[in-house]
Amino acid sequence: MSEVLRVEKVSMAFGNFYALRKVDLVVNAGERRAIIGPNGAGKSTLFNTIAGQHRPTEGRIYLAGKEMTGFRPDQMWSHGLARTFQRNQLFLGLTVWENVDLACAARRQGLFGFRSGSAAGDSEIACLLANVHLGERASVAVRNLAYGEQRQLELALALAGSPSILLLDEPTAGMSPAETESMVALMSDLPREITLLIVEHDMDVVFSLADSITVLHLGEVLAFGTPTEIQDNKQVREVYMGTQGRR
Amino acid sequence: MKPPVHPLAKRPQARSQWTVWLPLTVVIITLLLAPSLGMSSFVQSLIIEILTFSILALSLDILLGYTGLVSFGHAAFFAVSGYATAILASRWTPELLVTVPISIACAAALALPLGWLSIRLSGFYFLMITFAFAQMIYTAAFRWKWLGGSDGIIVPTPQLLGHPVLQSREAFYYTALGVFGIACVLLYGVIRSQFGRTLLGIRENTRRMRALGYNVRRYKLGAFVIAATFGGVAGILNAQFNLFVAPDSAHWSLSALVLVMVLIGGSGYPLGPIIGAFIVISLQHWLSSYTEYWGLVLGILFIVLITGAREGIAGITAALWGARRMS
Amino acid sequence: MAEFLTIQTLNSLVYSMLLFLLALGLSLTFGLLRVVNLAHGAFFLLGAYVGLSTWRYTHSFVAAALVAPAITVVIGALLEKLWLMRFYLRAELDQVILTFGFALVFADIMKMLWGKDIHGAPAPPAFSDAVQVGNFAFPSYRLVLIGVGVTLFTATWLAIERTRIGALIRASVADRVMVAGLGFNVHFLFTAIFAFGTGLAGVAGWLAAPITGIYPGLDFEVLITTLIVVVVGGLGNITGAFWASLLIGASETYGKALLPEFASFVIFGVMAAVLLFRSWGRDEEEVE
Repeated sequence: MSEVLRVEKVSMAFGNFYALRKVDLVVNAGERRAIIGPNGAGKSTLFNTIAGQHRPTEGRIYLAGKEMTGFRPDQMWSHGLARTFQRNQLFLGLTVWENVDLACAARRQGLFGFRSGSAAGDSEIACLLANVHLGERASVAVRNLAYGEQRQLELALALAGSPSILLLDEPTAGMSPAETESMVALMSDLPREITLLIVEHDMDVVFSLADSITVLHLGEVLAFGTPTEIQDNKQVREVYMGTQGRR
Repeated sequence: MKPPVHPLAKRPQARSQWTVWLPLTVVIITLLLAPSLGMSSFVQSLIIEILTFSILALSLDILLGYTGLVSFGHAAFFAVSGYATAILASRWTPELLVTVPISIACAAALALPLGWLSIRLSGFYFLMITFAFAQMIYTAAFRWKWLGGSDGIIVPTPQLLGHPVLQSREAFYYTALGVFGIACVLLYGVIRSQFGRTLLGIRENTRRMRALGYNVRRYKLGAFVIAATFGGVAGILNAQFNLFVAPDSAHWSLSALVLVMVLIGGSGYPLGPIIGAFIVISLQHWLSSYTEYWGLVLGILFIVLITGAREGIAGITAALWGARRMS
Repeated sequence: MAEFLTIQTLNSLVYSMLLFLLALGLSLTFGLLRVVNLAHGAFFLLGAYVGLSTWRYTHSFVAAALVAPAITVVIGALLEKLWLMRFYLRAELDQVILTFGFALVFADIMKMLWGKDIHGAPAPPAFSDAVQVGNFAFPSYRLVLIGVGVTLFTATWLAIERTRIGALIRASVADRVMVAGLGFNVHFLFTAIFAFGTGLAGVAGWLAAPITGIYPGLDFEVLITTLIVVVVGGLGNITGAFWASLLIGASETYGKALLPEFASFVIFGVMAAVLLFRSWGRDEEEVE
């Protein structure tokens, strides 16, 4: 099993405030890892740091064995890392089709995007849309989509680059139970070639998707293990006292 | 991902290009025929000015309407190419085959360092730094003797292959029309290309574009240079028509004027800047015989536009027809 | 040489304090309302003109110094209540364009009311003499202005950092919606802050008049320099505005004295350098 992502003793400080403290994380190819933790644990910061939005104050990040500490988001992307955002980052004024078109075109950039072949692109876009069940909504302006559909589009954008590792930041946040169910189905259907790293609050989602779980608390790794191990972990239960979930 | 054959495996039709090209072609053909149908030379001059500023406004809209960068220093490139023309023509040769390419190159070359620095900022700070750069150019043009100082520089009659050309207003009229047509073709080509679509993405959500793998800064710089280049073309037209350049061509009031043209016509709409140039220039000429308080009018225009008609005339028209912004 | 330095330093301090009076209002308005008021220079000039008219009528410098800000406060409050407040949720640049439009309108209205000539204004009789500094005489009015500036900075800093109103302002900057939810009348606070800014601009206009003169175009000249100060100091940062005023004041004064051909370049260059330094290594959206 090869390592797809290695986070080594990464700390992230904003001024005097340490959002992450010496976090260690290793994710292997094909794995489905969930990152959980109470609010303020640093989950989004961890994602943002891995994705290249912040340069870690300390520590190193490796993608498939190659050091990528401090690389920019677009550089991370070109090495196979894609992400979704907790709050949708979509092109609201454009249609669903145009959104995915932009995402797919990123690979065909050339010097300035002048090397573009629409034909190959069109079926690729249609395929992506079909996979996230948005095929029927291609001509709709994104701002007119339902929230759940926007989340699905968010996923489609991330998948467009054929990533090898996908970071999903609270993919089911704000969704109704029905929407959550289809989102979980979508994620389960993703091929095992794509390694998944998911930040989630919804424990049902976590337990139905994750192979392994890393628990963060106050910026540090509190525990790591299989879902069963985490469930039985007393420390984790204490930290989560009052949170819904399986007991 | 297994590719199924999906019924929707075809790009949904974008808004027809004919809504842009048809009116434009009609206008150009009308303008071509107008002089022989008895267009007065005053109107010819007016049209030339409108065409010049249409190009300038279109070039600004590449930055404003398509990339989402509000520049308050676009006059800089207008001025630089004009001054390059003036200096080359008066001190070396008025040969157009020399002055035109070099002047355009000057504008583009200036855009590289200025753009590289400016795109590292956004929003209000981008506005301030573009303003600052233009002001520096204005100050240089105003104070430095070798740039003519506050008196400006007179541009000698242009020559083509050694022969004086463009000596009649009518000749210049047709030339300006030709340049305008070519500029439109090129700029619309840019807007409709993959590059243009990428700029739209940057305007809509820069963070997302970066996460999708685009080198956003490279695209912004590209847009900046393209905008500067076409702004330079407008500057050359202006210098050759008036046969004179002055520091005012770099003043922030000119940047503001172009900005209001883009806003009034509708930023992000292909025909918007042209409509805006037409309205503002006509208004300016018409009002100048009634009042000297052009600032008041301009200010009211800004206020009214930004309060009630953010999308400009093109936007209102498009809304009436049920169409969307640039697709 | 020492004389030259002393004079220039004193002059630059005077200029800096005037800049600070303006930068304070502009920075506060941005810090709280997230609005860059490009009409700020117009309020400055309006204060000068109103002060001039008041002085012509009353022959009292102090009366003018009270009426000028009174008028600009009222007009500022009206502008905010009737127009600007609808723009708080709009894009930042929409507000910039709006206030710029008002700046243009005010400029021409002032031209209509007061004409296009340059006017002079007198210093207050109590300070119209000069003070001996070394071998030469320095106008005492200018020294008074330095004192005014420093006092104002200290007073404002204390007010914002140490009082409850100040805490409220700082909280509102951080989270408008929350503060409103706590029951404070945020709208009134916003109007008050905006009007305070324009009031400062108005009184600065009259105070500066004996040194700068009063003429059309002064509004935009002053606005440009103030914007540079505010950008360098950091939008919303009061202490930053103070130090930036000192820096820009010194740059422009010494620049004009030593390199007259390059004077404007200096302050624009300073601003560009500061902006670029701050943005280095960060994505452009995150530069504050």
